[in-house]
Order: sequence, then structure tokens, then C-alpha cells
Amino acid sequence: MLDPSFIVAQLPAVLGAAAVTAWIWAASAILGVAGGVGIALARRFGPRPVDLALKFSIEMVRGSPFLVQLFLLYYGGPYVGLSLDPVPAGLLALTVYGAAYYSEIIRGGFAAVPPGHVEAAACLGFTHAQTLLRVEIPEVAAVVLPALVNMTILLLKETAVLSVITVPELTMAISAIGSESYRFVEALFLLALFYWGLVEGCGVLGRFAEARLARFGVAAP
Amino acid sequence: MTTAAATVGAALSVRGLVKRFGDHEVLSGIDLDVPAGAVTCLVGPSGSGKSTLLRCMAFLEEASAGTVLVGGEPLGFVDTPEGRRRLPAARIRAVRSGIGMVFQQFNLWPHMTALGNVAAALRVVRRLERAEAEARAMAQLRTVGLEGRAGHYPSQLSGGQQQRVAIARALALEPRLMLFDEPTSSLDPELTGEVLNVMRRLAADGMTMVVVSHEIGFAASVGQQVAFLDGGRILLRGTPQEVFRKPRHPRLDQFLDTYLDRGAAMLV
Repeated sequence: MLDPSFIVAQLPAVLGAAAVTAWIWAASAILGVAGGVGIALARRFGPRPVDLALKFSIEMVRGSPFLVQLFLLYYGGPYVGLSLDPVPAGLLALTVYGAAYYSEIIRGGFAAVPPGHVEAAACLGFTHAQTLLRVEIPEVAAVVLPALVNMTILLLKETAVLSVITVPELTMAISAIGSESYRFVEALFLLALFYWGLVEGCGVLGRFAEARLARFGVAAP
Repeated sequence: MTTAAATVGAALSVRGLVKRFGDHEVLSGIDLDVPAGAVTCLVGPSGSGKSTLLRCMAFLEEASAGTVLVGGEPLGFVDTPEGRRRLPAARIRAVRSGIGMVFQQFNLWPHMTALGNVAAALRVVRRLERAEAEARAMAQLRTVGLEGRAGHYPSQLSGGQQQRVAIARALALEPRLMLFDEPTSSLDPELTGEVLNVMRRLAADGMTMVVVSHEIGFAASVGQQVAFLDGGRILLRGTPQEVFRKPRHPRLDQFLDTYLDRGAAMLV
């Protein structure tokens, strides 16, 4: 039987781990989106070799499991002089992973801006930078928002993988509780509950942003 | 037609304009003067190059050869003894801001209200204060009869209203020349009328206009100059009476015969 009192007793210990998960998630999502925007812009406006190099790197990240990338960075890094502690290593790996996907979402968003909207700005004498800032980016933001929220939720679930390099996050803390108490069902139930709560929080933020953008009539259907 | 120097007093002059997309020549040496204060209509079958010609006049397409002069200023390229040279971006923007462009697809920015769309260039390009820009934008919306829709987003407006906002946006910087690229082609007949009325009023106020349109009736009644394009050349040019008068050029007759709106042209 599920023992509620056991779950309640574990809460204080688990909350600290939940905080670690939450901040690594938030940081990797923010840095990942920033990186994704940077990559998308560099590919769009940069020279062709930069575009190709980034395209290849993104294919590498998207084409391998996150676990493999994390191991490569954490255990392979020292061979090339990159020795990181678990938390920075996890944060870096997650940011790179997120940026690769975010950049593809944002690139698709730019492709969805009708060329005529850019031409209209050009005809009025907007510079490229002004067109980007005033026309393209706001339109891209509205189009890509649902996909960004989706990817951010996926990113949360990838934070669980960081437990394998001993980042003291939720999955790690709760596995430890499970192994010590042999109450795996309660522990996993608690774990699922925390992730669900974090995803819901993200969903609320996403829906709030979407509602604000929906009035433009440009949010994705 | 000669390839003489641009006519003095022309708001826009096109000389020897050639446009190729790869191996395909869309425009094969166009010479055209757009007289100031008059309406010039470009008509012709699909693929005749009329929209491409208009887009070259706005520098949305870069001509492969030839020149476009706007009020005597070269747009985009200048011919020098060493060959054609591309003008700096700031020069191109300066000339362009004297041209208003209206598109078939309206191309309003969906994240801005009607007022925001019209005020944007005043804020961004002219760097006016918000209040000043919005006051001027409101005046432009009034000229197209849409001051009551200032706070609406494009998605909340009918096609005809969107196109009228787009006209107000193009007028915001007080251009000397307005270009219309099939402005009513994506509107149903009921909404076409309100856009054509705005254009008629602009023409009556003496705006220099170049209109690519399938509205032969509009071309015949409002245009002072009509150019009939076929296969990348101007086949006929003159007043509507001269161009549409019988007996017509057989190619024009053929075009009008296949035309739904030919009844309107018959009235001329």
C-alpha cells in the first residue's frame, strides 16, 4: 500500500533537490533560448561556413541521446582539458542540448514570416536591424511560443539524466530514498508528482504568454 | 520609343530596364516615364512582367540592367563609366522612403494595431515622438475612412479595411509616388469598391500613382496613361482612349477577350 505519511516525512529532503532541478532547468532553458536565438541569427545573417558549421553541430546534438552527450562532456572532457564539476557539466550539456533544438524552432519561425512583411518594412526605409527588431522578431516570437514551451518541458525531463553524473537533483535524491527505504513506489510517486508540478508551472507561464500574443492573431493554430 | 535621357518632370523614369531570373528574361528593355500627378496603369496578361516592373520601381527586385530614376535620383544602381555601381544602403533607403508601396497581400504587420502599422515608419524611420507619430497616423487613417478602427489588429479587419490601412501606412511618410501591386486582386468584388474609391480620391488629390491591376475599368476611367505589357515589353502605351480604342492591337484584343471584366473596357 502507498504510505502517505512516508511521503510527507521525505518532503523536506526532497524540496532541496527539487530546487536544484528547478534552477538548473530554468537556467538551461533561458541560456538555451538565448543560444538558440544566437545560432538562428548567425545562421541567417552569418557567412556560409558559419551556417554549415552550426548546421553540422546541431545535427550532431539532435542525432545522439542526451545521456551520451552528457557522458562525453563529463568523462571525455578531461581528455581535452575540460574538467567540470557535476553541476556545471550538467548545466552546460543541457544548455547545448536545448540550444540546438531551440535554434531549429526559431529558424522555422523566421521562415514562417511572410516575405511581404519584410518587404513592406524595406519599402518604408527600415534598415535590416530595424526590420528584424520591429517586424521579424515579434512575429517569430508569437509563432514559435507553443513549440518553445513544449521544448522547455522536454528539457525538464532531461534534467533527470543529470543524476547519472551525481548532480544532486530530484531523480538522484529520490533514487537514494528508494534504495535506502526500499519504498520505491512511494518514492517514484513523489518524483512524478514533483515533475508534474514543475511542468504545470511552466504550462501556466506558457499559456499566459500565449494569451497575451493570441490577440495579435498570429499565434500558431 | 527612344532611350533618351529621362524626361524632365517625370516622377519616375525607367530606362532600358532588363530583369532576368536565371535564364528567363522577364523584362526585355523597358522605357517608361511616369508623369507627376498622374495615374499610370500597367495592364497585361499573367507573366507579362507588369508586377516585376513595379517591384523594380520599388527596388524589391534588382534590375539586371537599366536604370530607375525617382524624381531624378537613381534608385539602387548608378551607371558609371566603369559600369553599374550599387549605391550605398542609406541612399537606397532615402530614395525609397519617397515611394509608397501597396501589395496584393496587404502585408500589414499582425502584431501591431492599425494605428501602430501606420505610425511605425514615423517612429522608426522619422524618429518622431509617439504622440506626434500617432497623431499623424490617425490623420492618415482618417483619409482612408478608418479612424474608428485604429485600435484593431489586422486579424480583426476585413480584407478591404486591411488594404485601406496598408494604403494609409504607405502614405504615412508622405511619399511623392505611390505604387500599387494588384491592390484588389485578393478582395471579393464587394470589398474591391472601397479600396478603388480610396485610390480614386488619392488620384483626384493629384498623387502620382503607378497601378498594376486587373481592374481594366479602373485603368480606363482613372488612368491618364496605360501601358499594356506582353512578354516583358511594353506593347502599347498612351491614354486609355488611345490604347483601348478600336481597332485594337490584336494582342490586346485577345487579352481583353479572355477577360472577365471586359465589359468595363468596352465602355471606353
